[in-house]
Amino acid sequence: MNYIEHIGKYFLMLGQVFKRPQKMRIFKEALVRELDDLGNKSLGIAAFIAFFVGGVVSIQTALNVDNPVIPKYLIGFATKRSIILEFAPTFISVILAGKVGSFITSSIGTMRVTEQIDALEVMGINSLNLLVLPKIIATVFFYPFMITISMFLGILGGYVAGTLTGLFSTTDYIDGVQLDFVPYLIKYAIIKTMVFAFVIATIPSYHGYYVKGGALEVGRASTQAVVWTSVVIIVLNYFLTQMLLG
Amino acid sequence: MIEVKNIYKSFGEIQVLKGISAKFEKGQTSLIIGQSGSGKTVFIKTLLGLFQPNKGCICYDGVDYDKMSGEEKRELRKQIGMVFQGSALFDSSTVEENVMFPLKMFTNQTREQMLERVNFVLKRVDLVNANNKYPAELSGGMQKRVAIARAIVMNPKYLFCDEPNSGLDPKTAILIDNLIQEITDEYNITTVINTHDMNSVMEIGEKIIFLKNGIKEWEGSNKDIFITNNKAVTDFVYSSNLFKKVRKIYQMEADGRVKG
Repeated sequence: MNYIEHIGKYFLMLGQVFKRPQKMRIFKEALVRELDDLGNKSLGIAAFIAFFVGGVVSIQTALNVDNPVIPKYLIGFATKRSIILEFAPTFISVILAGKVGSFITSSIGTMRVTEQIDALEVMGINSLNLLVLPKIIATVFFYPFMITISMFLGILGGYVAGTLTGLFSTTDYIDGVQLDFVPYLIKYAIIKTMVFAFVIATIPSYHGYYVKGGALEVGRASTQAVVWTSVVIIVLNYFLTQMLLG
Repeated sequence: MIEVKNIYKSFGEIQVLKGISAKFEKGQTSLIIGQSGSGKTVFIKTLLGLFQPNKGCICYDGVDYDKMSGEEKRELRKQIGMVFQGSALFDSSTVEENVMFPLKMFTNQTREQMLERVNFVLKRVDLVNANNKYPAELSGGMQKRVAIARAIVMNPKYLFCDEPNSGLDPKTAILIDNLIQEITDEYNITTVINTHDMNSVMEIGEKIIFLKNGIKEWEGSNKDIFITNNKAVTDFVYSSNLFKKVRKIYQMEADGRVKG
């Protein structure tokens, strides 16, 4: 099957996903489960990465800002801007594409190869609606919250790294962080996050749902899903940046 | 009753089912047998609507499945129970949650009512004190019994089983066969079983359909199978020496040469 066919099949899949849930009781249980599996269980890794990436960004910025003419508060400013614009929404999303994406593909793929999806279909249940829609809702509504925490932790990480290494003072850093705060950039980051969250929920689901074969094919599908999700995130990042900041 | 009229099913260039017609009566256990690759699983999945036939029709109680509205199809699905070859239990749900799932999906019963029904069917399949276990913690036979419990929890009119004895030891396989037969008789349901277990054929095959290369080669009962001269059937069913001897003894009993 070529790329165009896959894209068409993906959008046909979305047509089945976005239907009214057949039973709200079951849907709500599935949603709570996905919020825990895809959201809550990803908080730790997102926080960890954000903190350390923030530290690295502030150190690297400090080491590159060695011209005495350039004020030190720009380190905090650059760290803040980098984390809000790029490291929190895009970098964390690519990490989640790996962690969450592989989980989604392997869980749905395993359901496919063990006929659990057939069991749902035989019962007359729209399996795509039941399996994928809760994932979309969970990621799209939870990830902005996660990315906001990541932004805070990234900036904090920058502060801790800089002050521990003595590369800049607390006052300089905080002055930089507070300098020229543009609320729209947070909105931009949240919009990007929500788009990426949709991609993270749907592309791996597509790969898992249509897998054929056994454990090996599920593993392959999982790898492909991560690769394609990451590629789509990077490409969308470019277009969203053009549209929202251009 | 399920009536199948001249169905054809192909996947690309490969014609898997070629003009199969059959009737499956209420309260009867019908077995579909045949070699691997004869089209048994495709046939049963086509009956279930998981595959659309290229030609022909499938009628449930006289109503053509293809002509049913979406609502009618959904109502029909509530009346179908299916036991898959690998049980197809939901791995992340307990036994209780697995069996309760159709009730949660299709009824507005309270949790207490659903639990009562779940415990009833689990007792019926002789599986008590396993409510909180996960499928991975169960043996193959126990998983099959949970699958049967889930299939009958909604009091279905039709029960489909795809190789229900697959992977089970002979004693457990007989228990599963007898359970399916008892449930068929007790609830007067139309049961269709896909199998290549000859013990099942001999024990519970009230009606047997033999498929070969996607064609219905032979149809009869488990009594007829002892006396048929259809070479394809005899080559398949009596491929082992044991069953050759069984056939000989049956024929001798029928002739009166040996007391039964």
